[in-house]
Amino acid sequence: MPRDEHLEGIYYIQGRDFVDAGVVSSEIKKRLKDKGITEDVIRKVAVITFEAEVNIISYADQGTIQLFIEPDAITVEATDIGPGIDDIELALQEGYSTADDSIREMGFGAGMGLANIKKFSDVFELTSEPGNGTCLKSVVRLDSE
Amino acid sequence: MRLADIRDILNAKVISGEEKLDIEITTAFGADLMSDVLAFARSGCLLITGLSNPQAVRTAYALDISAILVCRGKALTDKFVNIARELNIPILWTQYIMFEVCGRLYQEGLIGCVRQIADTEDKRIA
Amino acid sequence: MTLETLAEKLGLKCKCCWEKLKTTEIRGGYAGDLLSDVMANSHAGAVWVTRQVHQNIVAVALLKEHAGIIIVQGANPEKDTLEKATREGIPIMVSDLPEFELVGRIYQLLENG
Repeated sequence: MPRDEHLEGIYYIQGRDFVDAGVVSSEIKKRLKDKGITEDVIRKVAVITFEAEVNIISYADQGTIQLFIEPDAITVEATDIGPGIDDIELALQEGYSTADDSIREMGFGAGMGLANIKKFSDVFELTSEPGNGTCLKSVVRLDSE
Repeated sequence: MRLADIRDILNAKVISGEEKLDIEITTAFGADLMSDVLAFARSGCLLITGLSNPQAVRTAYALDISAILVCRGKALTDKFVNIARELNIPILWTQYIMFEVCGRLYQEGLIGCVRQIADTEDKRIA
Repeated sequence: MTLETLAEKLGLKCKCCWEKLKTTEIRGGYAGDLLSDVMANSHAGAVWVTRQVHQNIVAVALLKEHAGIIIVQGANPEKDTLEKATREGIPIMVSDLPEFELVGRIYQLLENG
């Protein structure tokens, strides 16, 4: 668990706020660039935060993304309040989606979000309480290729 | 060109419709959103898509699309394959991205197709 | 090849950030409408060909550092999309051609140098 001294930022996300989808990821990317983090790591974290952000917007009532920068890794923690995930195994399957038509028409909801996050993470943890919300943690090591 | 030629150009795997590899394809439509396919694709074309769920197969069936080429190396579920076989729609599968797939097939002579809803006859892009 | 050259050769209509066309070099292309896929698989410098017109395409293009976005089949980018793209400096162009045809022509131009 990264300590609070490494907490770089807490970003608030409103559910169903598609207008702002990507704003938090862009902020985080700028922050990482300012800190001189390498392109490869930034690319992975960009995908991870974008997918996490879109998931909160698509499925939750509200949520936050916390960014931790440690000497050897970037950690992203996405926590939301909402219906949560009933079946995590299923949710992690590529192509599985609970998105409605309006979400799909925008090009979201193809069922790749969690799979992509997992793919780009060196450490990936996902927990959920159906009816309450979901917590996702992703670690990208600074020396990962 | 034949479906078999398309398979060769893209190093594609034949997932279903092995018996239909000799069918002629002259037009192609690339899309990830099936609503676009329904609105604009012509019957008889090759549908090129990254969407690998049964929705794509049913859309192809509804429009009498000749075959589907799934690109980007998307994983295919058994459900997808079964529906394709059931509806008798050939499926090719390739690792290449959409941009590369369309680029190569265009160079080899396939042309785009668009059905204009308001028109009484199909228009072809030459 | 610059966006300007591409736009001229393919008859693209530029809808915003015209001043960037001359100076933006293209590094290949990417076609697709599924945002997760574009996020995961496209590369910096690519020109992104899509049918999507809503403002989230700007967020994606920005995050992936695309050279610009080309919207196909004569679809019109939404007003919010153009405003956002102007703010973020992402050129958006429109083509009347369907995706297969447009990508084919871009591919040919890029291959032939």
